[in-house]
Amino acid sequence: MQLGVFSVGDVTPDPTNGTVPTEGERIAAMVTIAKKAEEVGLDVFATGEHHNPPFVTSSPTTMLGYVAARTERIVLSTSTTLITTNDPVKIAEDFAMLQHLSGGRVDLMMGRGNTGPVYPWFGKDIRKGLELAVENYHLLHRLWREDVVDWQGRHRTPLQGFTATPRPLDGVPPFVWHGSIRTPEIAEQAAYYGDGFFHNHIFWPMEHTRQMVRLYRERYEHHGHGTADQAIVGLGGQVFMARNSQDAVRQFRPYFDHAPVYGGGPSLEDFSRQTPLTVGSPQEVIERTLTFREHVGDYQRQLFLVDHAGLPLKTVLEQMDLLGEIVPVLRRELDAMRPAHVPDAPTHASLVAARDAAAVVAPETVGAQR
Amino acid sequence: MTQRTIAVVAAGLGAPSSTRLLADRLAAGVADAATVRGLDGRTPVVEVRDVAHELTDRLLTGFATGTLAEALATVSGADGVVAVTPVFSASYNGLFKSFFDVLDEHALAGVPVLAAATGGSPRHSLALDHAVRPLFSYLGALLVPTGVYAASADWGSVEDGAALARRVERAAGELVDLVAARPARTVADPFAVTDFARLLGGQ
Repeated sequence: MQLGVFSVGDVTPDPTNGTVPTEGERIAAMVTIAKKAEEVGLDVFATGEHHNPPFVTSSPTTMLGYVAARTERIVLSTSTTLITTNDPVKIAEDFAMLQHLSGGRVDLMMGRGNTGPVYPWFGKDIRKGLELAVENYHLLHRLWREDVVDWQGRHRTPLQGFTATPRPLDGVPPFVWHGSIRTPEIAEQAAYYGDGFFHNHIFWPMEHTRQMVRLYRERYEHHGHGTADQAIVGLGGQVFMARNSQDAVRQFRPYFDHAPVYGGGPSLEDFSRQTPLTVGSPQEVIERTLTFREHVGDYQRQLFLVDHAGLPLKTVLEQMDLLGEIVPVLRRELDAMRPAHVPDAPTHASLVAARDAAAVVAPETVGAQR
Repeated sequence: MTQRTIAVVAAGLGAPSSTRLLADRLAAGVADAATVRGLDGRTPVVEVRDVAHELTDRLLTGFATGTLAEALATVSGADGVVAVTPVFSASYNGLFKSFFDVLDEHALAGVPVLAAATGGSPRHSLALDHAVRPLFSYLGALLVPTGVYAASADWGSVEDGAALARRVERAAGELVDLVAARPARTVADPFAVTDFARLLGGQ
């Protein structure tokens, strides 16, 4: 079981005192959070990608490359990488480079983005969002698996005899997750390739998450990658902790009430009931988080959002200390409940081992995989 | 007897409201018209006022909860819809528009809809045609030719009341004729899948 944090990289005023970090401070804070994630024993740090204020996350591989140089163990990921508006060739190059520099500590999550104007800013048509996600990812998938690619599509200039460099580390591409809240076609896409499916259900009722994950699992089996319960699932989550629940609620309420993402909507109490948001003691967070698998099955990755809504860095780091306390419990409990035939989250090492094992068993199929 | 469901959406702000009064008249008219045509007409009423808070939450959070989710499902699964709004500032009121804003945008495509409105005076009656009708045209609904507008005066004089009753009967008949001529509604599965080979389009 992988547990980690993901950041949106928003610059939001602290509603309790009006303090607004500069972009430089926010970027430095994200790096501090990433290092802290490793220090407290988390497995994953993921950054979002946005191309508009108030976000600072326009250049994920630059940030993750810097973090890679300052960490030893943690897996670096994205939440999400825009497969619609980025050039798939550049994604192939950037993340292969990051894979080499980080010693294989990288995977990435594909997303379509939620900011309409980003499409025209990058010369794309939002009405073609799904089509772009399908075509671009298919090209990216090939660029990492075929040394020389001839390709022609509808949304990018054709390629003849093109080799994306550097080639993936050890000849094994980074593992890919596909993130979508409500688009069955993306669950189908993840299932088709045997990739991971990530449902960031932080703003959604669990019932919806349950149905999306079930669809992905059924299709994973349909496409022949294994049984439905062996599909690779990740979930988003959102927590705020204090030693006792009353303090957690009291401290978090002003941030909840004023956050651009929830302010003016349901109350903290209603939202906590309707979505996986958990504000309470470490024990309450453990108990709530352990219920997720009852809805989506045994899953491989749980990411928490802890640094948004104007929460100051000091508070975020305190939250991460508390996360560090509960993570061993969550990992132990979730690993214990997971049956032996359900795999762990893929890592570079496990993917290399799987590739080598397949080569020993059936040498003639090497290189013939899709 | 073949069953058909005609959802009645009433967006009056008061309780009771003249909008609900008109909605109930239309519901009764629809039920009668169904019986005459040998149909078992069910007319569940969605009082939008009752889900107003959840509606605002839905606008801000992106997901519907509780009774709002049920109300949206009622309308999305109906064989026909009666939509009644008070006229505010020359158009439907905000509550009415918000409800149809959060309804799945394909939910009313090809669905028979009867549009109705209430107002303080008959001078606002064209709001039905210049504001309410375009909304349902956009949603692809099959609007019945007769819209029903009721002014305050229609609830008083015998003559106006009788004219309103005739409009209700005519519009309800038109709606049920359309509903009866169509197969019962089947609701599309939001989690239905398009096989990836088709999405790839031969790449």
